[in-house]
Amino acid sequence: MTRNDFLEKYAIFLFVLITGSSNLQAESRFITIASTTSTENSGFYEYLLPRFASDFGVDVRVVAVGTGKAIKIAEKGDADVLLVHHKPSEEKFVTEGFGIERYDVMYNDFVIVGPNSDPAGVAGFNSVGNALQRIADSSSIFVSRGDDSGTHKKELSLWQAVGINILEHGGTWYRETGSGMGATLNVAAGMEGYAMTDRSTWLKFSNKANLKILVEGDPMLFNQYGVILVNPSLHSHIKAADGQFFIDWLISEPGQQLINQYRIEGQQAFFANAPIQ
Amino acid sequence: MSTFSSSFSTAVDLVLTANPELAEIVFLSLRVSLSAVLIATVIGMPLGALIAIRRFPGRATIATLLSSLMGLPPVVLGLIVYLLLSRAGPLGEYGLLFTPTAMVMAQTLLVLPIIAALTRQILADLHQHYDEQFRSFRLSGWKGIQTLLWEGRFSLLTALLAGFGRASAEVGAVMIVGGNINHVTRVMTTTIAMETSKGDFSLALALGIILILLVLSVNILVSLIQAMETET
Repeated sequence: MTRNDFLEKYAIFLFVLITGSSNLQAESRFITIASTTSTENSGFYEYLLPRFASDFGVDVRVVAVGTGKAIKIAEKGDADVLLVHHKPSEEKFVTEGFGIERYDVMYNDFVIVGPNSDPAGVAGFNSVGNALQRIADSSSIFVSRGDDSGTHKKELSLWQAVGINILEHGGTWYRETGSGMGATLNVAAGMEGYAMTDRSTWLKFSNKANLKILVEGDPMLFNQYGVILVNPSLHSHIKAADGQFFIDWLISEPGQQLINQYRIEGQQAFFANAPIQ
Repeated sequence: MSTFSSSFSTAVDLVLTANPELAEIVFLSLRVSLSAVLIATVIGMPLGALIAIRRFPGRATIATLLSSLMGLPPVVLGLIVYLLLSRAGPLGEYGLLFTPTAMVMAQTLLVLPIIAALTRQILADLHQHYDEQFRSFRLSGWKGIQTLLWEGRFSLLTALLAGFGRASAEVGAVMIVGGNINHVTRVMTTTIAMETSKGDFSLALALGIILILLVLSVNILVSLIQAMETET
């Protein structure tokens, strides 16, 4: 075998390998949505999306990350649809031209969980503000997402509302994990600390250990999810037709009914509230 | 500990019932990691051999660089590949982000320095041994490299295994560039990370046990091949 012969065979081998591996991609019709870990981890998408796929032949691929990161993915054009839960950021996304229009889809609520021993004595509080104040006053451990997610942004706004500069307490009783909701709950369970979580993740979470829901029902803990089509004029490859079709289905009567019918451990996880078409 | 015992029974259950979802995840894991090791081998072994044999300016620097790259954190590499493949990045037009191909690319880059550096080391030792024979047969260039690779093939399997171990155990890079999408880019390690975050420790550990068994069976296969060689 001469040197050229060898190089030629080598190049063909490489080519076959690389094209072979790109065939790993399924050649189906699909859209990609950037969304939150709370919706993914609650099993919601596994319930909802196969119904859409079987009715309309469009697969929906979910990349589940924190709201902050999901927005960044959508801004770069790496997703066709954004479904997250922080209204101010979503509206900014639309105003800055990254998205077409924002629609309310559904809501649930956040809860404050904490150890059975409840060192700050907040069990049964109706006001989340008072509860946070007590946690801060008693310097009880509070475990925060610290990851720029929708839940994290919401939590920061609640501390701000009661006039606590929470970042001053970082590393002492206030502990930022910089990770997802489940990972943060694992830390809270291990440290016997308080944490704020969306109810759907909590319902599905298996490592509750000594933690339980201590504060719930305050209107301040409302958790709204919104959906936005990424602007196809910024990124020509955005699948605008299929993306909009998915959004329309989600906020339509059948889509909204399916959302309301989803149960975790017998409890309704999300409440559909798209404006009637 | 109850988590440990329940993990074992979960693992056994998952394997015995041939859980189709698990099979899909295992299959994708193997496909991605084996493709990455294969591509990295095809590029890395000749590269390592070249550095071992040829004398050229900057050779020592490249060898050191390769060894250092073996310690590259997967999450950093994942971030680099993410930025390259993102629609806003230089390779964005191909739409490869969040596909198995992206995962193969990330793992290839991760494994390449390991295979190239280990190949260089193995062949440099072998080359010293064969140097005189090479001279007397006037073997040089590609012919010499081919001969050396062939002579060292069984030691080189160890380099391959090291690469496979790194690829199959890695979670940081494939999580970023694959996105852990159900039925599309979800592999063993990202599933384990996800189940841990859902607090389902026994399922996570059960998947970990299955992953270790898979890697173990690949290693047994390779040591059998090596054993057969020593007999003949």
